[in-house]
Amino acid sequence: MRYLPHTDADRRAMLAAIGAKDVDSLFKDVPAAARLDQPVDLPAGLSEMAVERAFTRMAGQNLSAGCAPFFIGAGIYRHHVPATVDQLLTRGEFLTSYTPYQPEVSQGTLQYLFEFQTQVCLLTGMEVANASMYDGATACAEAAVMAARVTRKKKIILSGSLHPHYVETTETVTKHLGLEVESLSPDPFGLEDLMGRVDSQTACLVVQNPGFFGGIRDLTQLADACHEVGALLVVAVAEPVSLGLITPPGAMGADIVVGEGQSLGMGLQFGGPGLGLFATRDKYVRQMPGRLCGQTVDQDGKRGFVLTLSTREQHIRREKATSNICTNSGLCALAFTMHLSLLGETGLTRLAKLNHAQAVRLEQALRQVKGAKVISQSYFNEFSLYLGDDVDAADVVEKLAAKGILGGVAASRFYPHWPELRPVLLLAATETNTQDDMEALVSALNEVL
Amino acid sequence: MVEITTFSGNRGLHLEEPLIFEQGCPGRVGTDIDDAGPIDEDRLGGLARKDAIGLPDLSEPQVVRHYTRLSQKNYGIDSGFYPLGSCTMKHNPRLSEKMARLPGLADLHPFQPKSTVQGALSVIDLLAHWLKGLTGMPAVAMSPAAGAHGEWCGLMAIRAYHDDHGESHRTRVLVPESAHGTNPATAAMCGYTVDPVPATDRGRVDVAALKAKLGPDVACIMVTNPNTCGLFEDEIIEIARATHEAGAFFYCDGANYNAIVGRVKVADLGVDAMHINLHKTFSTPHGGGGPGAGPTVLSEKLAAYAPLPFVVHGANGLELVEHAEQAPGAKPFGRVKGYHGQFGVFVRALAYILSMGSDGLRQASSDAVLNANYLLASLKDVLSASFDGPCMHECLFDDRFLKDTGVTTLDFAKMLIDEGFHPMTMYFPLVVHGALLMEPTETESKETLDGFIKVVRALAAKAKNSDADDFKAAPRLTPRRRLDETLAARQPVLRWKHGANAEG
Repeated sequence: MRYLPHTDADRRAMLAAIGAKDVDSLFKDVPAAARLDQPVDLPAGLSEMAVERAFTRMAGQNLSAGCAPFFIGAGIYRHHVPATVDQLLTRGEFLTSYTPYQPEVSQGTLQYLFEFQTQVCLLTGMEVANASMYDGATACAEAAVMAARVTRKKKIILSGSLHPHYVETTETVTKHLGLEVESLSPDPFGLEDLMGRVDSQTACLVVQNPGFFGGIRDLTQLADACHEVGALLVVAVAEPVSLGLITPPGAMGADIVVGEGQSLGMGLQFGGPGLGLFATRDKYVRQMPGRLCGQTVDQDGKRGFVLTLSTREQHIRREKATSNICTNSGLCALAFTMHLSLLGETGLTRLAKLNHAQAVRLEQALRQVKGAKVISQSYFNEFSLYLGDDVDAADVVEKLAAKGILGGVAASRFYPHWPELRPVLLLAATETNTQDDMEALVSALNEVL
Repeated sequence: MVEITTFSGNRGLHLEEPLIFEQGCPGRVGTDIDDAGPIDEDRLGGLARKDAIGLPDLSEPQVVRHYTRLSQKNYGIDSGFYPLGSCTMKHNPRLSEKMARLPGLADLHPFQPKSTVQGALSVIDLLAHWLKGLTGMPAVAMSPAAGAHGEWCGLMAIRAYHDDHGESHRTRVLVPESAHGTNPATAAMCGYTVDPVPATDRGRVDVAALKAKLGPDVACIMVTNPNTCGLFEDEIIEIARATHEAGAFFYCDGANYNAIVGRVKVADLGVDAMHINLHKTFSTPHGGGGPGAGPTVLSEKLAAYAPLPFVVHGANGLELVEHAEQAPGAKPFGRVKGYHGQFGVFVRALAYILSMGSDGLRQASSDAVLNANYLLASLKDVLSASFDGPCMHECLFDDRFLKDTGVTTLDFAKMLIDEGFHPMTMYFPLVVHGALLMEPTETESKETLDGFIKVVRALAAKAKNSDADDFKAAPRLTPRRRLDETLAARQPVLRWKHGANAEG
């Protein structure tokens, strides 16, 4: 086996040094009834070539996004990731290191985490960010729990603009914590009244911007309404590229910003792993979940970085920790920060403008589709298309796929119990779409509708 | 040693590297992006960003050099021996990386129609098949993102079962004192109270104490096996029996499952739920702290409560169940994260598993245990072994051997850094004083182990015979020496701000 270095002679010499007859005797503490004498009845090991063959076969059973006109978003966005990102990401010193508990031999990881935390703050307009969570949905749930901790209140209000997976994850996480979660109906038109929902029992209001259905809203008044009653405003951002063009949540009064960082650096990967972004105000730093990297000096007075404020974390505080999170998304944070470094201010701004322009062009192209209408009042790079009263968008998606087009996702995939959402199709456009893609989508829609 | 100072601050291959924010020049760009072109009017609802973001502008070569230099300040498994106990720092095969990057697997969106992702669903299904086969367990929840997340998934399934069976009063969880911190933290996240169970002087769960604590309000026990002292809980079957008799479940923390893959089916131990850290046992890269994956195997009783989504075999191939009503009989406790699990990690773990095969996985566990026992046997006369062997995949020492030397476990670990090794885990588990926990893993050769043993023996002798100050000053040869953690916590500087983060 190519990963195992021992020869039989090595094993014999080591057993002799140990004073053991054979390897089986090292397992003597395993109750005899549970010891296996043989390998488990599953296939034997394969050569590198055979493994490649098996995966190539499975990969061939998929229609990859790059092989089709592609317009799916709904929280995971297809962007061009510069070749540099992946090439640097696979450097073994990044890829094969552990959590930087020994800072003297981990300054590389620690410095990029410090830079990552800073970039997240700059993008979101917040004061402090952690070194990552699993994904946007779990970051959102952690924010709700943190808000309850900060405010000592129990009511969590989840806007109908919030990604349904974020809603479901938050509902699950809070289930046994004595909190009361109020999940509002899906809000494709951006009409829900949130101001009237917040009261003195409210720990937080969670909204998404741009919303799950595409709409962008000014959160300033909502933030004021929350603060008036002592609640926190939590804002989820599922598409961080949008922050290159629209006002960040921090500038509108958000107290906690969570997000999904997948858009930058990572590619689609069938939705996982993701990168949970988590940022807040300085005054709440000791209530934050997750790791934090901080600046300090070494014995010689040189600037260096360490993990810090770890008395919040499980390995120190155990059942009193702010979260149980340990492993996070370090390497995804590295991909994010590399991509953002390549973009810079100039590149991110251009990328965001291009994404928006693509979506505007898509909306224009869709005017040629009979009976279809974009219902999002505003949007960044994704909007909701109403296909017509009797049209089942899920059916349309299948028919488009049969024509080799990955034409968005039906809202009913998330909301099977809402018949009025059956005609709604979510469509995203990014820099990866061509004019030909858009024309192909429009003509295919006209054929299947 | 002659101290050499340089004008640049660099020391040969040790290159100083400023923060990315201290570099760049407005207007440079490291990636080409087409001009957006004209649009009639924007659809931003009046919320166009007014202020600059504040990101630095750099060219591609600058960015490449920045991250290359940062990488050179890191120690990885690829650099050398990394015996970090409890963390399983084994070789990460590059084949797994290559497979995860096949466009037919990497460039897939989670919401594509299922007919277009049958191959991806079969990756998930095949990995689940292996995990169930290896553990002997009937079901597995694939979506947890990491070990702690898997623990939480397992306990949520247990809680759902109890709520479904009129036993909601079961809210106490028994957790051995030697447990990872995630165990009690996880129990708290399920609304449970934590009741610690002491360890015996054999480094194992005090079974009598555990039995005395079992009662009608106990939801489950959380036992790590092999445990955090690197020992197999030899009374585990009796522990499971007593737990079940009391109407409670046995959650096994599978962090150390890598010691027993192919040698024990955990179903035979009476386990009801156990997470598997794919990033440890099945060798996907740790990536400086993640991502991982923590699929959680479940017993027959708990299987119905597995969270959404999950893959099932349907009439038209594989189906992905995203809503409870799509799977008759399922009572999912909810959803643990977005989308369908850590797919990129699944591909890597499956590539490793198919490479190793059933025979190779058993050999890997055997060699991991052999290597740990070899370290134990080769060091126990100079260090102080906390417990008698044999150990499993890791061996535990405490700081008695440093008594009266003035040298601490921390000092000893930092000295190893100058010798070119990553230190072992320090001060964990908490059940021994000044713990040094070493996990060599199966991918280390005898020569590597012998080299390490030689150095540790020399350092142990040095600690007894020389001035502790030498140890206190270590490491000396790293890009940075010991860092002031107190300062970092007292005056937190958690981000760069213009003009505020000057080089010391």
